[in-house]
Amino acid sequence: MALTGVLRPGHAQVRVLNLEESVRFYRDVLGLVETGRDAQGRVYFKCWDERDHNSYVIREADRAGIDFFGFRVLDKATLDKFDADLRAYGLATERIPAGEMLETGERVRFTLPSGHVMELFADKTKVGNGIPLVNPAPWCKARDHGIAPIRLDHALLYGPNVAEVQKIFTEVLGFYLVERVLTPDGNANAAIWLSCGQKVHDIAFAEYPEPGKLHHCSFLMESWDQVLRAGDIMSMNQVAVDIGPTRHGVTRGCTIYAWDPSGNRFETFMGGHLPYPDYETMTWTFDNFGQGLDYPQRKLHETFLSVVS
Amino acid sequence: MAHTVSIEDADVRYACAPQESLLSGLHRLGLRGIPVGCRGGGCGVCKVEITEGEFSTRTMSRDHVSDDDLAHRRLLACRVYPSSDLSLKVIGKLQKKVCTPADRPLP
Ligand code: FES
Ligand SMILES: [Fe+2]
Repeated sequence: MALTGVLRPGHAQVRVLNLEESVRFYRDVLGLVETGRDAQGRVYFKCWDERDHNSYVIREADRAGIDFFGFRVLDKATLDKFDADLRAYGLATERIPAGEMLETGERVRFTLPSGHVMELFADKTKVGNGIPLVNPAPWCKARDHGIAPIRLDHALLYGPNVAEVQKIFTEVLGFYLVERVLTPDGNANAAIWLSCGQKVHDIAFAEYPEPGKLHHCSFLMESWDQVLRAGDIMSMNQVAVDIGPTRHGVTRGCTIYAWDPSGNRFETFMGGHLPYPDYETMTWTFDNFGQGLDYPQRKLHETFLSVVS
Repeated sequence: MAHTVSIEDADVRYACAPQESLLSGLHRLGLRGIPVGCRGGGCGVCKVEITEGEFSTRTMSRDHVSDDDLAHRRLLACRVYPSSDLSLKVIGKLQKKVCTPADRPLP
């Protein structure tokens, strides 16, 4: 088996200012499937085509932003090995017991030098995607409810010390650097796109003075048509749209950025090129960041750099 | 009935209905003045200080609104709804960029 180690983004927990308003948004507008609520009042969602019990969890709080972002790893032995490797590298790790999140096994938690809390886990109950495993249909009714992305694809996080974050992901967790944007002086990276498989990115970071900030969680759409349909649904529901529909130069992905009712940005995304771990990193100079963000408009939208939660 | 909102030190006045946020009233008219971000009370770029008038609010992220801010009516314009004529000052982190032409080149 070629894909080992970290398999994919597994969950994000995001803070919202009003729980029920946000449930209506995520369930009926974004079209996620609500899969449970726990004793802490958290509400759990998955995308219709995901098989694990949850991938996106919201919690009511007095401030917006992200609590943590988690990756599924291959198995328990892999989880233990990453825990040991992270400690050997010099990071403190913490074990969160199985069941603390619904239908989720033990998690290894650590904090990046960018201020973001990351988690690794090996178990989450497979509840399926509503399609049988024998003679499966290509989709089920849930695909047509709301925007209905097929999976949690990646996140872009803003914080300090991106160079150190890059080392942790590439030297300990087995990710590789797919693309980067240089700082204006060309001596460092302003933003990095990291992959743990063959997706164009599984997580991305941008240098920012305040730690632990969320730029966006991204949800994968099946086609450009579905991205345009997402834009229609956003407008029908007066969702605050930031950028798009357009295409990123970085990743080549097609995109809309918009905000949830608490000001957490999310993305409906599709496409992107298909990198391999042996490929050379692609580099964007800062003066071409506008094309990297919005290729047709060649515009470095001000909100991209300054609006985070 | 719409109320009149005045942005001090920018010489901008606009009409804003009670069910419309201070930010969306401005935005609807295509006027610049207060920076527009998430429009959900989460990002803090639309921060203003209400210097005169009555209003109601919806929840705002406390990352951007401290107790002291609340006491001094320094609030997020996307979560403030006028119930009388209002005056305000723009004080958000994008303040230095405020009230300049829309086609201003980026830094
Ligand atoms: S626009 Fe983000 S808090 Fe008002
Ligand atoms: Fe993205």
